[in-house]
Amino acid sequence: MEITSHWRIKKQRYSLVGEECPHCSAKIFPPRDICPECGDEAKDHYQFSGRGEVYSYTTLYNAPAGYEEQAPYTVAMVQLEEGPLVTAQLTDIDVKEPEVGMPVEMVTRKLGSEGDRGILIYGYKFRPVLETA
Amino acid sequence: MRSVSVVGIGQLPVEKASNLSLRQLGGEAVRRAMEDAGVDRVDALFASNMLADEIQGQKHIAALIAEEANLFGVEALQARAAMAGGAAAIRVAFLSVASGEADLAIAVGVEKMSEGVATPALSKALDAAREVPDGATMISKNAELKRMYLDRYNVPEDGLVNFPVVAHDHARSNPFALYKKAISPGEVQSSRVVHAPLRLFECSPICDGAAAVVLAPSEQARAYNPNPVQILASSVVTDRFCIDDREDPLQLEAAHHSSYDAYRKANINREDIHLFEVHDAFSIMACLQLEAAGFAEPGQGWLLAVEDEIRLQGQIPITTMGGLKARGHPIGATGLYQVCEIVLQLTGRAGENQVRNAEIGMMQSVGGAATTVLTHIFGV
Ligand SMILES: [Zn+2]
Repeated sequence: MEITSHWRIKKQRYSLVGEECPHCSAKIFPPRDICPECGDEAKDHYQFSGRGEVYSYTTLYNAPAGYEEQAPYTVAMVQLEEGPLVTAQLTDIDVKEPEVGMPVEMVTRKLGSEGDRGILIYGYKFRPVLETA
Repeated sequence: MRSVSVVGIGQLPVEKASNLSLRQLGGEAVRRAMEDAGVDRVDALFASNMLADEIQGQKHIAALIAEEANLFGVEALQARAAMAGGAAAIRVAFLSVASGEADLAIAVGVEKMSEGVATPALSKALDAAREVPDGATMISKNAELKRMYLDRYNVPEDGLVNFPVVAHDHARSNPFALYKKAISPGEVQSSRVVHAPLRLFECSPICDGAAAVVLAPSEQARAYNPNPVQILASSVVTDRFCIDDREDPLQLEAAHHSSYDAYRKANINREDIHLFEVHDAFSIMACLQLEAAGFAEPGQGWLLAVEDEIRLQGQIPITTMGGLKARGHPIGATGLYQVCEIVLQLTGRAGENQVRNAEIGMMQSVGGAATTVLTHIFGV
């Protein structure tokens, strides 16, 4: 992917901005301007809370190109509290082993680098919600 | 639409690294299939290949193979559907003959993965804007599915172990299989963790291979081959592109609807099927396909494996010549190997692996994370 396309989806990648359907109230992520639930136009921005729980996850020991320096890393499907599932890496899990159902919250982190010039890509990851005493 | 039959098959042994070039592999598979059908000319050639543009820097595969097979001037096009490309080539060849546009069509698949790095190329079947930037791969998506499955249905850690064990048992007497040796459940469970909880022996291997089939109208099939095999159904269905967007990621909707669309087109019931060549690129995928096609309730597909119901004498034999796991998964060629194997089964030529009284066989090919699923049913 080129830099321009990263720029285009930057807002979505950084901050979990999706859409809300004005017709059926479905929360849509990533934004696609058409509601997958009712098929009508849906362009109203919606800021997801960033809270959710781990739906499934796996740990990659052999990372694909551009992600080697992060290996091993854990990628998960996170179910946002508003409903949608998103694919994202888990971070700060040295303090807590991930498990299905574990509450997590969004943070912005470096995702990897890309291309010959090693352009850094930033985006959301999720970390365990630490229980407060 | 005319009824269509398979009148010739051609397979090359699946190998870790073939001495033949991509072009030679494809050409040789075509020659073998045409020799089996007793023809030296076809009207159209439909080719499948997934990775040559990444690995060999080669596009335009169909014309390349047509030339290598000395089919100068023939119609030659490529069919693509990620890892299900082989089945896509079969479908296009089927439609070409069924419509009357061609009287003889060949579907050929070829892949030479040994010359490059396959995993990043395979992951291009995922959403490049969503899943890949987060470090997900095709393998990691299957690992997530397996974790979900074990977690939701309380399946023991070694619950899927019989899928690769059975595949290897069935590959032993297949001369075209990559791995002709048995493996034990213990070996599967002690194999390296690729992406937790997925282990190496649950994953199909990187390899080279090519296979082809010749199709003709059923009415004329016996002129080419005394034992033709009829294509009873051809179906392709797509699901939401990303697993993340599906109502329930463990319900393979495309596999389900493609299966039932195929049963309807073939005018058969699921119970009529004597063998099922699944797309066991990963053991979890075979398990979920058994459920999607109706052979088991959700969460119970693994029990068919545990209870040996997927072996040759079982309720629904799968991977009867080794499957993707042990025959090998040379991606673009895999669907063609599946047809060749079903043809051998339905014509009583499967040797030690013969499923008794096999008259109806089904194959399913999966593109991406079960995004595109093709089902074909064959009968004699
Ligand atoms: Zn809506």
